Amino acid sequence: MAEVLVYVDHADGAVRKPTLELLTLARRIGEPVAVALGNGAADTAGVLAEHGAVKVLTHEAAEYADYLVVPKVDALQAAAAQVSPVAVLVPSSAEGKEIAARLALRLGSGILTDAVDLEAGDEGPVATQSVFAAAYTTRSRVSRGTPVITVKPNSAAVEPAPAAGAVEALSVTFSDKARGTQVVSRTPRESTGRPELTEAAIVVSGGRGVNGAENFALIEALADSLGAAVGASRAAVDAGWYPHTNQVGQTGKSVSPQLYIASGISGAIQHRAGMQTSKTIVAVNKDAEAPIFDLVDYGVVGDLFDVVPQLTEEINTRKG
Amino acid sequence: MSLRIVVTVKYVPDATGDRHFADDLTVDRDDVDGLLSELDEYAVEQALQISENSDDDVEITVLTVGPEDAKDALRKALSMGADKAIHVEDDDLHGTDAIGTSLVLAKAIEKAGYDLVLCGMASTDGVMGVVPALLAERLGVPQVTLLSEVAVQDGTVTGRRDGDAASEQLQASLPAVVSVTDQSGEARYPSFKGIMAAKKKPVQSWDLSDLDLEADEVGLAGAWTKVEAATERPARSAGTIVKDEGEGGKQLAAFLASQKFI
Repeated sequence: MAEVLVYVDHADGAVRKPTLELLTLARRIGEPVAVALGNGAADTAGVLAEHGAVKVLTHEAAEYADYLVVPKVDALQAAAAQVSPVAVLVPSSAEGKEIAARLALRLGSGILTDAVDLEAGDEGPVATQSVFAAAYTTRSRVSRGTPVITVKPNSAAVEPAPAAGAVEALSVTFSDKARGTQVVSRTPRESTGRPELTEAAIVVSGGRGVNGAENFALIEALADSLGAAVGASRAAVDAGWYPHTNQVGQTGKSVSPQLYIASGISGAIQHRAGMQTSKTIVAVNKDAEAPIFDLVDYGVVGDLFDVVPQLTEEINTRKG
Repeated sequence: MSLRIVVTVKYVPDATGDRHFADDLTVDRDDVDGLLSELDEYAVEQALQISENSDDDVEITVLTVGPEDAKDALRKALSMGADKAIHVEDDDLHGTDAIGTSLVLAKAIEKAGYDLVLCGMASTDGVMGVVPALLAERLGVPQVTLLSEVAVQDGTVTGRRDGDAASEQLQASLPAVVSVTDQSGEARYPSFKGIMAAKKKPVQSWDLSDLDLEADEVGLAGAWTKVEAATERPARSAGTIVKDEGEGGKQLAAFLASQKFI
């Protein structure tokens, strides 16, 4: 059966959820062969096997952490040469897209980014994408070479599908460009204990109406009552109230959770671009004319300083 | 010492307009006003700041690939303070994908001569965010991308890349390709003087033959990807809107419970 390369996003061996979603999609096209690189690569094999990886190609080297992007491209290129896959799937993170782009060029292949769904087709995999701030849905395919496709988080369910997951050492020779951009230092982000924004099933976001960094405690309390991630609109981030890593919108993250709760967010196109594909949308805003209400399944016109704490309390009460 | 900066910019349909597809499933550029992609303004801004903070003789060239109207984007960048502009324009470019665009840009950058290529993090229409990486791959120079802070000194570029898991300090030797995010610093507005001066700045026009490219390497026919269908997303069905009369939070909780979120 045809093999599909899946690039594994992991932290010291702990596989991130979007990679498991990729395995679900990869199985629609062929047999998933995972590629795990860097510190802890071999530790990924167990969970990858449980989710359908027939093989796990691993390579550990300091270069993956010490230099930007190119060493990983070198490794994926080596894996592609060894496996001759029918497609290469990469998680749609900022780095994932860069790796995928350079790999596609080296393979002489077309690239599609930010797929939200993927299925087998007569002429190769067909990717569904959400474009123009989610106003349109497109179906596209790669017409030359080995399709390289990046897939957004939350695009498929994680499904158990036990497979062999045989670990094989990948042989990688780094190119002379591999050490071009040095990572001089790395400061890990402090964990908030909340789910990753792009992976979360529920996202609670605050905007201009939150009116101050200190008031984001209200948004966080609501998020914690639901086990949700916290997002922020560009206005709130630009004002310095919340970190840019939490920004939802065109220049931040685009999210597609089961439930999106927007508080004090008007719903400008910039923001809608990042959340419009959420399954259920709920908003609280003082302004009944705010465009966010065009998107909602349920909206409350009111002061978020009254509505949000009452909602949080009610959720906590109902959960007992 | 001199430092030659090429800033790549894109002319895009206004994101606040009603963007849609043309019959050949390319972006319809006729019905929506175009402008310099907002995310490229940050790249122009950083080029200007690098120039202002440098003892070297810095020359900033803005480069675009696009139809006739794309000159507007170049004009805006020139009015912000860039020195000169290059417009790659050719009817055969219609429908070019990201891989093809990177080919044309790389050829033009090499022809123009460069020490530093500065890009925005993504365009506001395609939003793939892959062109900077593709340019680095094609030009065979370091990729120093998605920076929220950038500095150039003594032939070295340094910067901070804020990722999801960590913030990284990067360093590479010139020549290099750099991309900057919208966190790199607000872009300046063109001054009246800048707008007047821009009218006198040189804008060169190149076509495919100037870049030794053949028509079948670019355009819709030369694209390595194919859009097979584009469907307008159905409008979301109208939801329930209530006015908070003191029970809004509880009503919302009841809705969430009815949807099994609680």
